[in-house]
Amino acid sequence: MVIMQVIVGGLLLGAIYALFSSGLTLIWGMMNFINFAHGEFVMLGMYVALLVVVGIGGGPAVFGIAAAGALFALGVVIYAFLIRHVLRGPMIAQILSTFGLALLLRYAAFWFFSANFVSLPGNALSGTIDLGGIFLPVAQVVAGSVAIVLTLLLQFLLTRTLIGSMLLAVAEDPDAATLMGIRPDRIQALAWGLSAGAAGIAGALLATAYPWSPSVGETFGLIAFVVVAFGGFGSVLGSLYAGLIIGLIQAASGFWLGVIYKDVVVYALFVALLWLRPQGLMGKA
Amino acid sequence: MTELKVEHLSVSYGDLVGVADISLKVRAGQVVALLGSNGSGKTTTLNAIAGLVQPSGGRVEWSGEPITGKPAYAIVRKGLALSPEGWRLFAGQTVEQNLRLGAITLADQPRRQAMFERVYALFPRLAERRRQLAGTLSGGERQMLALGRALMSERKLLMLDEPSLGLAPAVVSALYDTLAELHRQGLTLLLAEQSILLALRIADYAYVLQTGRVALEGPADELERNEQVREIYLGVATREQQRRSMGTGR
Repeated sequence: MVIMQVIVGGLLLGAIYALFSSGLTLIWGMMNFINFAHGEFVMLGMYVALLVVVGIGGGPAVFGIAAAGALFALGVVIYAFLIRHVLRGPMIAQILSTFGLALLLRYAAFWFFSANFVSLPGNALSGTIDLGGIFLPVAQVVAGSVAIVLTLLLQFLLTRTLIGSMLLAVAEDPDAATLMGIRPDRIQALAWGLSAGAAGIAGALLATAYPWSPSVGETFGLIAFVVVAFGGFGSVLGSLYAGLIIGLIQAASGFWLGVIYKDVVVYALFVALLWLRPQGLMGKA
Repeated sequence: MTELKVEHLSVSYGDLVGVADISLKVRAGQVVALLGSNGSGKTTTLNAIAGLVQPSGGRVEWSGEPITGKPAYAIVRKGLALSPEGWRLFAGQTVEQNLRLGAITLADQPRRQAMFERVYALFPRLAERRRQLAGTLSGGERQMLALGRALMSERKLLMLDEPSLGLAPAVVSALYDTLAELHRQGLTLLLAEQSILLALRIADYAYVLQTGRVALEGPADELERNEQVREIYLGVATREQQRRSMGTGR
């Protein structure tokens, strides 16, 4: 039963990894652009949830939607004022721009919120739930389930809707998309909004179950890279599988080897994967 | 009256001159051909009209309105469509999704439905393969899809860049039958072609481009009889002329 608990707990955390990683893979796959600030988007989502709960109150639906909305807007603004311009520059400018952005957001959060760990007060999702003998915090179960649903929704949006079709068209051939009457800059702005919004709501979900400080962005950013590499660049469904697997591996190695080793195992697997299959576990060669 | 007027268009890519000085006119209901060898400026001319590249000089006018240098997405909305060289289909999406993207500028659902039906009637093959990914189609089917996609939004002027490139002769012949049929139905066409005989078969008027300039122009049937055209393009060229026409690559 303890093992089942470890497995389910790992999968539930992995589902949240999947959600924020699908945002990273969207930008990576669509624009061939690496966003080093993605983990900071997750961190900001957590603080937006905190600010909403402390400031105006409200349940998970309120602060979840607030975090998604705030980060969507931030994503669009970052695209309009930073990304759009560095896209015309050399590769190194693109890399440094989001690396710089990550530092800016992280240290702004240190300055604003201090380096202390915080957690969501008066959590509506307290208590534990009994899933046939497995006892799990309600917050984890809700957060993980919502994350899976949202990741699937993003996949649905991309593959089954006109908006998704436009996103993929701009990703594949911006010039041809322009000839259809699509404005690539608007579609790319939307992609940044969706990407950051996914990270933001994932942050809000994480905030219900775990305490955090401004430096979590770095950890989650790294995890997102591992998930995207496992799942294949640009594949939301791949991110979902990979997120669940990474969550599972982390939980299992934390359980058997000790909590301090859980990240070591994940990153060791990451390096091994890049060595053996540089295109990702599920990516095409 | 809808018409396209291009005056003294020039385009340069850095130090390279893609188009030096081109003037042309397309009237409603006409089929106009842009002829010339590889690198004579046909593609650049069409791309500049469609807004994919910025002209460095000259004017483009559509139904009396200047559209010079406007972005491609804005020009499409005025009723000019370009089916670019090499088709540029969205290979990772289905036939139906490609057609749907072609109708982005068409907000009216019943009209969109009518266009779907019209395109599927024109190319029954596309209807059969509507759920198939565009990247898995044969060359002929890709050309059908490119043409269908360009037709989807009821454009007033359709520009086709080398529609016959890379296709088997039988497929090319079927394509030109379709274009002739569309012309009879009133479609205005501006057609860039390397294979002159084909283009002259359906064109009303033609421009022969050489190193980014209009070398020759006239009604299609006159050009077909023109000595210079016959010499350069119908395989009876002199050595000197052959060398010249081959030296024009970008």
